[in-house]
This record gives sequence, C-alpha cells and structure tokens, in this order.
Amino acid sequence: MYNIDAKGMHFKELNEQVRAAVKDGEDEITLQNVNGQYYIGVGIREKPTITIEGVPGNDLAAFMDGPTLRVKSNAQDNIANTMNSGKVIIEGHAGDVLGYGMRGGKLHIKGNVGYRVGIHMKGYKKQIPTIVAGGTAGDFFGEYMAGGVLILLGLEGTDVKTNPIAGDYLGTGMHGGKIFVRGEIDPTRIGAEVGILDLDENDHKLLKKCLEDFCADFDLSVDDIMKEPFKKLEPITDRPYGNLYAY
Amino acid sequence: MTHNFQKDIAGCGLTGLIDKKGKGVDGSHIKTSLSLMTDRGNGLGAGYAAYGIYPEFEDYYAFHVMYDFESSRMEVEEILKANYDIEKKEEIPTAKVESIVINPLLMRYFVKPKAEKIRPGSNEKDFVVQFVMKVNSEIEGAYVFSSGKNMGAFKGVGNPQEIGDFFKIEEYTGYIWTGHTRFPTNTPGWWGGAHPFTLLDWSIVHNGEISSYGINKRYLEMYGYKLTLLTDTEVVAYLFDLLVRRHGLDIKTACTVLAAPFWKDIDRLDDDEREAYTTLRSTYASALLNGPFSLLFGHSKGLVGINDRIKLRPLVAATKGDMTYMASEESAIREICPDPERVWAPRAGDPVIVEREG
Repeated sequence: MYNIDAKGMHFKELNEQVRAAVKDGEDEITLQNVNGQYYIGVGIREKPTITIEGVPGNDLAAFMDGPTLRVKSNAQDNIANTMNSGKVIIEGHAGDVLGYGMRGGKLHIKGNVGYRVGIHMKGYKKQIPTIVAGGTAGDFFGEYMAGGVLILLGLEGTDVKTNPIAGDYLGTGMHGGKIFVRGEIDPTRIGAEVGILDLDENDHKLLKKCLEDFCADFDLSVDDIMKEPFKKLEPITDRPYGNLYAY
Repeated sequence: MTHNFQKDIAGCGLTGLIDKKGKGVDGSHIKTSLSLMTDRGNGLGAGYAAYGIYPEFEDYYAFHVMYDFESSRMEVEEILKANYDIEKKEEIPTAKVESIVINPLLMRYFVKPKAEKIRPGSNEKDFVVQFVMKVNSEIEGAYVFSSGKNMGAFKGVGNPQEIGDFFKIEEYTGYIWTGHTRFPTNTPGWWGGAHPFTLLDWSIVHNGEISSYGINKRYLEMYGYKLTLLTDTEVVAYLFDLLVRRHGLDIKTACTVLAAPFWKDIDRLDDDEREAYTTLRSTYASALLNGPFSLLFGHSKGLVGINDRIKLRPLVAATKGDMTYMASEESAIREICPDPERVWAPRAGDPVIVEREG
C-alpha cells in the first residue's frame, strides 16, 4: 500500500511519482486529493491497482496497458483513449469521448456517460474492449464502432422522450462489434447501417459475463439487471458504402 | 524516460460563477478555479469579467480602455470629453508581474452620456455602442475592453495566475465572475484578443471556433456593428446585444437562435412549435453560430452557459446553495466548491440560464 497526496500537485509531478512507485514494484497505490490532474495511468504497462480519490483530469488511462484504476468520484473527458488492456472503474459519472479507439480492456462507469462514447472502438480475436455504463449516454454512442462491446443499462430509469437511454446518432457508421441496450431505443435516432435485434444465446452469454464483472465492481445484482429486456444493435450490412464511389 | 512530451495539446478553458442572491465574492475564487485549467491555454491570453465591482459608480458607464500609444489616449479622451460627463478617470491599478514585460496603457473612466448629444429617436445605450465601435474601428491603438455599468473586463497576454495577479483581481468583489484561459488557434494572441469580449454589460468567454464568423460578421455589420478585434468570439457579444437588447428576444429564445435545433428535429415537433422554430431559424439564419463552442454569457442580471448543437466542447455545471458554477472541467469547479450539491453536464445546445433574484 503506497499513498501519494496529490493536493495542488501538477500532473507532471504526480505522474512521475506514480511511475516511480510502479517501477519500484508497488502494486497498490492510492492517490489522495486528486483534482483535475491529467494523464493518470497513461502508458503504464505493469499491473498495479491505483485508487483515485477526487476527480481526475482528462485523458485518464490513455494508452494504458495493464493497470486497474478505481475512481471514487466522477471523472472527466477522454478516458481510455486507445487503451489496450487493464480496467478503469468509475464510481460516479464520466464525461465525453470515452474509449476512443479503445482496443482492449474494460471501462466500467456506474453513472451516466457523455457524448461520443466508444467511437472507433475495435476488436480482434481475444482483444474485446468493453464499456459498460450504468446510466444513460449522450449523442454519438458507438459511432464508427468496429469491434468490442458497449453496454448501456439505464439503471436510474429512462424515458424515450424526456430522458432517453442514448442520444442521437446511436451507432452511426458502425461496422463491427455489438451494442447492448437495456430499454427502449428510438429507431429514428440510430445510424442507417444499424439494426435493432433480439439477443441470441451467444449474446446472452456474452452480456451476462460482462455484467457479472460490472456488478462485482459496484456490488450490484446481475439477476435484477437482467430482469429487464435488452436489445442488441449490430451493423446489418457488411460494406454499407461499398458502392459509394463506384456508381 | 519513456514519455517525452514536446508540447501539451490543449484547448481554451473557461469558468464562471454566480450568486443568485447578488452577494459578492472576491476575485481570488475565479482565479483559483481558472488557474487549475492553466494547461488548457498556452499563456497567450487570459481574462476575467466581473459584475457588481463598482457599486459607488453604479449609475455610470465604466469604460475600460487599452491604449498602445499616448496619442490614442489623447484622441479618445477628446471624444469622451465632448460627449460624456466624466465623474472619474484613472489608470486601472496593476501590480508588477515578472513575466508581463510589455503591457498597453490601461485606463478606466466612469462616465454619463451628455443628454443633448443623444440624437432624438436614439437612446443612451445605442450612443455608448456607437462610441465603442468608433474607438475600436477608427482610433489606432485604442480598444474598449468593457463598457457596462458596475462591471468590467480585465484581460491580457499571460496565463490565468499572471493576469489575475497583474490586475489584482482579488481586490474586487462581484456577484458574477467569468474567466478564460486562451489557446489561440486561428488568430493572434494579443491584449485585445484575450477573452472576455464585451459590449455594454454583455460579456462572453468562449472555447471553440465560430466557423460561421464571416456570415455573422456581415450580418452584424448591417446593424452598425464593427468587428475589429481579429477574433471570432467578438460576434457572440454583439449578437446578444442585437437579439436581446435591440430585438427584445428573451435570453432563452436568443440561445435558440444561436444554437438552433437541426431541421430534422424541428420536423418532429408538433405544428405550433414547428412553425415557431421554423420562423425563428428563417428570420435569424445569419445569426446561427456554427462550429464547436462552449461559452459563458454574463450580464448584469445573470449568467448563461451554452454548448454548440452537437457538444463539440466541454461544459459542466454545479450548484451549491445560492451559487451556480459552470466550467470546462468539473475539477475547476471543485477547486473552489469541493462538495457541490448537484453536478451535471448540460446537453448539446441546451442553455443553462441562471437569473439573479430581485
């Protein structure tokens, strides 16, 4: 157990201290009094568990490749950009542009997420990046998604008109991966290349596995969550723009 | 060393606060909040707007004016003397800040327009606007930083801490504050180009780019505004003046003009609403702000935060007691309000409007 008091500290110094601690073999690190420091967890390839007390700054866990980060409050924008492996757990809400180009690992948010979550996510064989949000999402959720899994739960209740589970342009340009949504999807707010489908047996297995992990992080019940029906969004054509320049 | 950052990539940062009961807080709060986001800017511009700072002169227009040359000052003061009763004139108090090597002369004047100078059919505020436009466009090296009553803009080339220290911002007490740290992208970093941009008691701080600047500029020029400050954000201050003061729109409607709903969404509304929004968008097509923005709009009666229609720039809001805070980053709010009662991210194009009570 290793503590760093981040109060008033610039991000450069804080991240130098974190990297030094990781290099010294510390595998449980707590950052206290964090407020707004950018780039926490960036590029770290070892597997420590880092607990963050306070609101971390932008670009948390960018290019991260191994660690587990647990944020005890809300978090800001650009989390898990191009992350390769490891896990980020956020006990509050999170901001915009989460998991951009994410290629592996897990991002679990208990609350709501902002705009542009899971854009350009990609997957390959065992590399299945996964984002689960317990609340709602803003516009452009899963835009240009190429692989991996996005799950939206709407646990605090949603309404398709006044408090939709996802915003506009859901899955626009999506050409791979799966989006699971617990609740009603407005079919006029999804991308033209995406279909709203029922889950098959494999989907159920995958969803349950993801939710078991999510629920363990926040002490929630998988069975309660799975009582409500889910829908799946998937690309329904292989090459939607195959003829765009070939007419 | 595996991480060698040659530079920090950033965008502008903004923050603001309002006490809706009108109770004042000193400038150290906004400076602390803004300084947390110093790395969003690059030191080429920072500034503050404050409301309620000149209670002893609350009936006078407070002109903050920047001069590059002594001759510009003489020219402006000649016009001032001819058109205004000047209650008080002084240099804006500043402190020595090591990193600020060169600064323009900064003066403030507390004035009232001479009644006989205002043309019949015109009014005092139009008269002041014309003065501001004349100074900014015709007098070389003179720029009006602010021209409202009981408010002022303090801005320059430097980072938030430096500009705050330079203007001794903590010595002022106001019920609304906004602050901005700048990362100029398309236009020069100079004293007049720092935010906030103001006219009368309207003030704007902005993160993003107004891609529609050309259209907005030509539209505003038809109404006599002159755009001289080399920065896109200038149009927003003048658009609020046109829409709210001169055309009488309420602030929510003005926000709907600037960040209008998409046609596809207007088409989904019921008949009455569809007609209203269609009329508004058609009438004010040239006032639509395109491009990415989050901005804070301050005026003597309130504070407004608004995003572009697809939220291409960040904005977070929080409340505690009578205070409302809005900023580019939640941490900038928590730096001065560690335990807000409510924190939320406003939706795209959906303004947060806080009015002062009483």
